[in-house]
Amino acid sequence: MRELVILSGKGGTGKTSITAAFASLAENRVFCDADVDAADLHLILKPDFKFSSEFKGGNEAVIKPDECTQCGRCLEVCRFDAVKFDADTNTFEVDTIECEGCGVCVDLCPEQAIDFPEVVCGQWYISETRLGPMVHARLGIAQENSGKLVALVRQEARKIAKDKNLDLILTDGPPGIGCPVIASIGQATALLIIAEPTVSGIHDMERVGQLSRHFNIPAMVCINKYDLNPDQTKKIETLARESDIAVVGKISFDQTFTESMIQAKTIFEYNEDSQASIEVRQVWDNILSRPEFKNPVTNNIMQHL
Amino acid sequence: MIISIASGKGGTGKTTVSTNLALSIDQEVQLLDCDVEEPNSHLFINPVIDKKEQVIAPVPKIDLEKCTFCKKCMDICRYGAIAVLKKDVLTFENLCHSCGGCFEVCPENAVIEKERSLGEIEHGTARGISFIHGRLEVGQVMAPPIIKKVRSYTDPNRVTIIDAPPGTSCPVIAAMNNADFILLVTEPTPFGLHDLKLAVETVRILDIPHGLVINRAGLGNDDVKHYAQKEHLPILMEIPFDKKIARIYSKGQMVVDKLPEYKVKFQDLFRKIEQLVEKGGQNK
Repeated sequence: MRELVILSGKGGTGKTSITAAFASLAENRVFCDADVDAADLHLILKPDFKFSSEFKGGNEAVIKPDECTQCGRCLEVCRFDAVKFDADTNTFEVDTIECEGCGVCVDLCPEQAIDFPEVVCGQWYISETRLGPMVHARLGIAQENSGKLVALVRQEARKIAKDKNLDLILTDGPPGIGCPVIASIGQATALLIIAEPTVSGIHDMERVGQLSRHFNIPAMVCINKYDLNPDQTKKIETLARESDIAVVGKISFDQTFTESMIQAKTIFEYNEDSQASIEVRQVWDNILSRPEFKNPVTNNIMQHL
Repeated sequence: MIISIASGKGGTGKTTVSTNLALSIDQEVQLLDCDVEEPNSHLFINPVIDKKEQVIAPVPKIDLEKCTFCKKCMDICRYGAIAVLKKDVLTFENLCHSCGGCFEVCPENAVIEKERSLGEIEHGTARGISFIHGRLEVGQVMAPPIIKKVRSYTDPNRVTIIDAPPGTSCPVIAAMNNADFILLVTEPTPFGLHDLKLAVETVRILDIPHGLVINRAGLGNDDVKHYAQKEHLPILMEIPFDKKIARIYSKGQMVVDKLPEYKVKFQDLFRKIEQLVEKGGQNK
């Protein structure tokens, strides 16, 4: 079973639009939206929800006012400044937005006056789409533990692939290089970095490249909107060559992406003869023929979460 | 006054708005780039960096001479970062959230605080702007402590502009919390609208006055405008979809330098923000 994770570092370079386009081309696959913070793939794939479940990602400290003796121990031990003291009412309270869910105050309260209920941090779903099965999620607003939810949707996608004998997982990754991104790349076969030819696009692509080396996962680069700035495109090609990352293709600055998004279609469903469609098809063929993707090395990096 | 510039969706123009706004205001300005996973503001304003510092977090190290293997440290740790064996203790730095529970609970003082680097912070100046940004170390997961550290340098005598990360989870909250105003930047596409709705929910939980900038106006459809109207979200500025602007951006140049008419537009944006902050926000 192989998994291709689509990343970019910088947001808005075209991860989701290109993942959706691949969805029209790939065979025997399951889709996984690992951008649980701001998931968008469902806007094109229009999933038919088959299963939905709560994601309980952690706990939250709640002080019981009747049992609290105002000793202040919780405020003293909390390293996240989540415990607030209101001098007017002489009460202690936990700010749920700041609370990390570490439970230190719960364990150290001499009166056992702090509850520690499990919190529902989001929802996750298994769906059917016109192009194949899909696993996706929605992290609750202002919730923690996006990394755990990412790990969960990927694990479920793996299960579906196994059960249905599908040999490819296409994962739409989150932006950045932090917690959810690291959770989305462990054990992946390869990463596809969608880079745009701008100074920030290049800066962010380099950071994702460093991440792929750090975790020893092969990466490829696809340059989106390459005609926006030919100089910067050349720079990406040079940088990729220097770091042994294959450039698997270039895609034009083509409004077909936006037009098809508005119609909730992949670019192939909207217009398979568009410039972008022709180029994305080439990118996909190149990915399939890359040795790191054709003959994957089993990668057993430790999950860093 | 603290203005946090956020979006939900990535790549909508947060950095463009943050940097150009910072350069347009006729007051003392401080720009804090809090997108510590992928900081980009410096690429546009080219600050001269005069100070660097590491952001560190305490992680446990066990003094095996003192340890009695009582397991209290392992029991209090919710992150599985400590494993007490018969005659050894293993610690996993990457799992540690630096909550300090193990230090507190050890009866033998056998848990020593060791420093782990999460990233770095750089201070500098650019064209009269005071500039600070944070950078998460590659391979590290904890962005919020770096964001909080950058924000600890907030100068109350200046207008503080925060370039926030995308999304709606903990790093975004760390970059928005306690701001006086949140400026949401979106693009008029289905993805832009969907993620804008999430961002608006986030801002409402924090209960902070907010307004909207529509970037690449004319690109997609009018659904963002209809949504803004329905939700009484004030649209404070529109930046048209224009390949000229995209090319300026691609080279790392400033819109206000190359298209000076935008300076007035960003000044106008700032005036509208000031008015909304004075009123306590349109949406309260």
